[in-house]
This record gives sequence, C-alpha cells and structure tokens, in this order.
Amino acid sequence: MTTLATPAVKSSTALKPAARRRMGSAIWGVVAWVAGIIFVFPVIWMVLTSFKQEQDAASNPPTWVFTPTFDQYAQVFDRNIMPFLLNSLMASVFSTLLVVILATPAAYALSLRPVAKWTDALFFFISTKMMPAVAALLPVYLLVKNLGMLDNVWTMVLLYTSMNLPLAVWMMRSFLLEVPREVLEAGEVDGAGLVTSIRKIILPIVSPGLAATALICFIFAWNEFFLAVNLTATNAGTAPIFLVGFISSEGLFLARLCAAATLVSLPVLIAGWVAQNKLVRGLSMGAVK
Amino acid sequence: MHKRNGKLSLLIAGAATGALVLSGCSGAGSTSGGSDGDHTITALMVGNPQMEDIQKLTAENFTKQTGITVKFTILPENELRDKVTQDVANQGGQYDVATVGAYEVPIWAKNGWLHELSTKSAADTAYDSADLLKPMVQSLTGDDGKMYAAPFYGESSFLMYNKDMFAAAGLTMPEKPTWAQVAEFAKKLDDKQKGVAGICLRGLPGWGELFAPLTTVVNTYGGTWFEKDWTPKVNSPEFKAATDFYVNLVKNYGEKGAAQAGFTECLNTFGQGQAAMWYDATSAAGTLEDPKASKVAGKVGYAYAPVDKTAYSGWLWTWAWAMPKTTKHEDDAWKFISWATSKDYEQVVGKNLGWSRVPSGKRTSTYSIPEYKESAKAFADVTLGSIENANPQNPGVQPRPALGVQFVGIPEFADLGTKVSQEVNAAIAGSSTVDKALTDGQKLAEDVAKNYK
Repeated sequence: MTTLATPAVKSSTALKPAARRRMGSAIWGVVAWVAGIIFVFPVIWMVLTSFKQEQDAASNPPTWVFTPTFDQYAQVFDRNIMPFLLNSLMASVFSTLLVVILATPAAYALSLRPVAKWTDALFFFISTKMMPAVAALLPVYLLVKNLGMLDNVWTMVLLYTSMNLPLAVWMMRSFLLEVPREVLEAGEVDGAGLVTSIRKIILPIVSPGLAATALICFIFAWNEFFLAVNLTATNAGTAPIFLVGFISSEGLFLARLCAAATLVSLPVLIAGWVAQNKLVRGLSMGAVK
Repeated sequence: MHKRNGKLSLLIAGAATGALVLSGCSGAGSTSGGSDGDHTITALMVGNPQMEDIQKLTAENFTKQTGITVKFTILPENELRDKVTQDVANQGGQYDVATVGAYEVPIWAKNGWLHELSTKSAADTAYDSADLLKPMVQSLTGDDGKMYAAPFYGESSFLMYNKDMFAAAGLTMPEKPTWAQVAEFAKKLDDKQKGVAGICLRGLPGWGELFAPLTTVVNTYGGTWFEKDWTPKVNSPEFKAATDFYVNLVKNYGEKGAAQAGFTECLNTFGQGQAAMWYDATSAAGTLEDPKASKVAGKVGYAYAPVDKTAYSGWLWTWAWAMPKTTKHEDDAWKFISWATSKDYEQVVGKNLGWSRVPSGKRTSTYSIPEYKESAKAFADVTLGSIENANPQNPGVQPRPALGVQFVGIPEFADLGTKVSQEVNAAIAGSSTVDKALTDGQKLAEDVAKNYK
C-alpha cells in the first residue's frame, strides 16, 4: 500500500507546477478575453444599435432583443454618404502616400546616415506637434482663404500630410534603427550601392514598420474632424463631418448615427485587417511598443 | 519577404489608383464654387427632420424649375453657429444660405452679418409675406424693423398629456391649465412602482435645454432675467418661486434621471408611455403621433402651456433661412429661401412625404389646408393658438430690454443661461440648492448688465 501510495503522491506533486501553469495561463486567457471584450464592446454596441429602430435605440433600460432592420442604413444612403466617403478616401490615401514618401528618407537621414545636428532636427520635427491645432487655426484659415483653397480636398491632403509627417518620421526612424549595421556593411562589402541596399536590405526589414506607420497615418487622417469642420463646406466635407450631421436637437437619431458610424468605420477596419500580419510585427518592433 | 512586399506595394498602388479615379469623379466637387454665371448655391443647415426633407425635395422641385443647384451641408447646432460666425467674420463666403435660430437672427442682424429680406419679400407678391405669422416675423426682425431671415418652421410650447392615464384616474385636463393644477395632476398620476412619472421636464443643462421651459415658468410667475433698464432680477422672489416650483416638481414627480433628460430623452420617455404629462415644444407632436416612433400615438391630449400670472406662457422658436452678407449669389439665394418658406413648398412636402411632415408654424394659411388640418387635428389648433399668443417683445408681466420669450436676445445670454442652468441642474440632482444657483446667477447677470447700462 505504502509503496503504491508514494508514487501516487509523488506524481501528484509532480503534476502541480504543470497544473498551476495551466491554471495561470487559463486565468491570463480569461483576463485577455475580458479586456478584449471591454475594448470591443462599444463597437459591438454601435453595430447592434445600427440595426435597431430609433425607438429601441433610445430606450432605457437598453433593449437587447429586437427585430433587426436595415432602415437606418437606408436612411444613411438616402442622405448621400458617397461624396463624403470619397473625400475622406482621397484625403487619407494621398496624405498617407505623401507622408510615407517624405518620412522614409527623412528618417534614413536621421538614423542610418545621421546628418549633422540630427538630434535638433528630430526635436524640430516633433516640436510641431506640441502646439494644439486650434492655436494655428486662424492663420491657417486665412492663408487657405487667401489662396482660394477653402473647401478643397487638396487642402486637406496637404494639411493631413503635415499633421502626420512628424509622427511618421519618428516612427520610421525607430524602425530603421532596428536594421543591423552589420547586414548593411556586409551588403556594402558585396558591392551594394545605396539603391540596392534600400531595395534588397532595408525595405524588406522595415516593411512591417512601414505598414504600421502608413496605417496609423491613414487612421489619423480618416478620423480627423477639427480641421475638416473648419476648412471644408459643401464640396470637400469628409466622413466625420457627415457623421455629426445626424446629431439633431429635435427627434431621435441614435440608431441612424450608429449606422453611419458603422459604415464610416468599415474602410479603417478593412485597412487594418489587410495589414494585420505586418502590423503586429510592426507594432512590436518599433516606437509604438 | 518578396511576396509580402509585392502584396503591400500592390495594395498601395491599388489604393492610389482608386483615389485617383475617385478624384476624377469628384473633380467638380473639389473646386470652390462661386464663379459668376454659375447657378450653384451652398446651404448650411442643422440636421432636423424638416431640413432632411428639403434636401430630398430640392433637386426635383426646385433645381429642375429654376436651374439653381443647391449643395447642402448638415452640421449640429453648435458647429453650425461657429461655422457661420467664422465664415462671416473672416469674409470666407462659403455659404449662400444657412438656417439660423430665432435667438441669433436679431443679434447677427445687429452685427451686420445678414442680408435684410424685407425688401425682397415685399417685392415678391407671390410670396405673400402678410401670411407669415406675426410673432415669427417679430422674432426675426432687427432693430431697424426689417426682417433678416425667413421662417422655415416655427414652434411654441404646450402641455402634452396621456389621455388614457387621465381617464383611468378620472381626471380632466383643462384647455388652459395653471401650474398649480399641473402639479396636482402630477402628484396623482406619479406611480414609481409602475415606472410612470407624473410629468416629464427637461433637466439637462443648457440655455436651450433646461432654461427653455424654465424661463417660461419664470415669466408666468412674474419673474424676468432683466428689467427694461437692465437691472438683473435672477435672485428676485418671483424667479426663485418659479425655479423652486420647477425643481421640486421634477424632483418629486419627474422622470427617472431627470438631471440628464433633455428634449430627446423626454420625447422617448413620454413616447414610451412612461410619463403622464410632458411640457415641451409643439414640434414634438409630429413624432408622438407617428405610430412607428411612439407607443402613445392617438392617445395624447394637448393643452396650452400652463400659466400662473400671465394669460399665456408658451415660448417661441423658429428655424429660419438667412442669407449671410458674404454671399455672392444674392438673387439665387433669395429664390431658394422664398421657395423653401413658401406656400408651394408646403404643398410639395404634403404631396410627396405626407402632410404630417409639412414645416408648419410659420404661415396662417397652413392651418387652413384641409389635408394638413386632418393629419394634425389633435394638435393644430393649440399649436397655432400658442404661437399667435406668444409675445417675444413682452412675454411676462414687465417690459423687457431685448427680444425673446424663453431667452434674452443678447449674445451673452447663451453663456449666462448655460452657467446658471448648470447650477439649477445640480439642484435637480440634489447636490446643490436653488438659492445658491440663483445667488450665483445674479452675480453673473450683473456682469452681463454692465455691458448695457
């Protein structure tokens, strides 16, 4: 009996750390899921509300069981959402392209081949983000007005480019710093010129970072409201401007607003989903750890 | 690596091509309009249902006939206010017409921001400006006696009550109730167990939220914000009695979460049958009588705004079309404004979208359209009576220094009203007192009065 009992005890003590590990990881799993659900809940609630009738959307306590309807989406399209989406797409895509094209060489000159006084230059870039946008609004407005560029998508492209550029330079710089010098030097020894180094060595290594930077710039440009509401009118209004138009002081609007918000969030979601793989690696490698 | 790169660059290239194609599509849209001979006007408006309707109807019923294209932007009230102010002050000229509320029209007229419309409306016989309801025209008139905006639709305030609940309790609502009667009804009908409030009243801070109904109570209790010579009267016994009454009524028999309830929340509470009475804008009736949006459609009775010392106490509000001074398309803008506020437009709405959606409350003739009368028979008479008896020049028992029933028509009032409303809101929530709110309010009002004395 004793001989039998001893290994049994032994094996149970031997199992304990493994069981504890399993328990531990199960707890962490639960925590991760709870945190995830808490983060996603407002979005899920927004999507759910978009399928409700206004009456159900505004009820207190909230309605959980309801007959889904596409009425609100029909109303959103009724208000002609397309021009706003197109304006947003143009402003975001072009500004992101410009940012990536300009920020990558700038970051190169501040990391792998640092120019003289590169710390000052780096600080100068980020210092432009220290002043709140509202402080610069009046001069920007007057300048844009005098140039005859009010209510013009290209104004927004330009503004979003300058808004995102400092951030992109900093991000790209930290990604470029991750490129091992030895690899670059080995390339040079093998006779690789600048263009070849960039194409064959640097770009493949920093491409996740590039994707992360581009996506963040895209999201910032897509969501931007303050400059858009002040500098656009009927022609160049972007999606956030379209969204707030549903807020009314007379009558119920929550379900329609949620439907519009769901539609407007879709492009960003799709962009994030497409860049997902790169993004995870990009976000865990550079500045935005 | 190579493959991934390929995918990424493909994605970027695709997005760029897409955007280029789109930019081609919206090329016309990206130039700022305004060249001569171009019959396009831009309109800025709030997102109320009546504005949505006009956006839908313009292409078919206005552009086709006149060749004038109208481009609309919808913004919430506060953003709209900022935007028009900014546009006019900086001579931006981005908007040819805009919806402006009754509070701002006289103020902006004084600032020289708006075109006067009296000359144009008088010259236009088909427009029939004599048909416009007098209190509406009064509230949109500047110091020089000229009209600076054309009313699109108007409203007063009245008392809505659930007829079923009144019948079940054996109560009868008089046509012109007093506040004392209303308080008595609220007490009898308040049923916390069933989740039914005796009355729904706004408690949300804001000069246009809580202080819209509350100022009408103050008026009829004999109080005022300022006397004719700008003496502030916020801590006067009448102002205090009215505020005490309002706060106690909503605290004792009001809706759940009253401190967070504004027009929208009350519309929902009353529309769900969770309140026996509701004192608010006449424009609520359209939604309440729509079975798709309300559970009490057909069960609502309408009475005049409750009174104490005055004969009537309903407020007066209108959203009106105005023309900023910076417009370069004066004639086209007037054509649009005169169409939007005409008798014809009411017919267009009635025939295309239904008679309950006619932008009412601005023309006498609206109330003799048989189809409209039929669709609004429960509330049309009380609404018209309320508007006709509202007096924006003298809404209380004493002469006033500025226009406005539920507000004081000076630029400082938005800030003053909102600040005091925050303190009254705290009293409703139970974290402060009416006395403190009004003592602080008096000080704020004294500061404002200094600008005018």
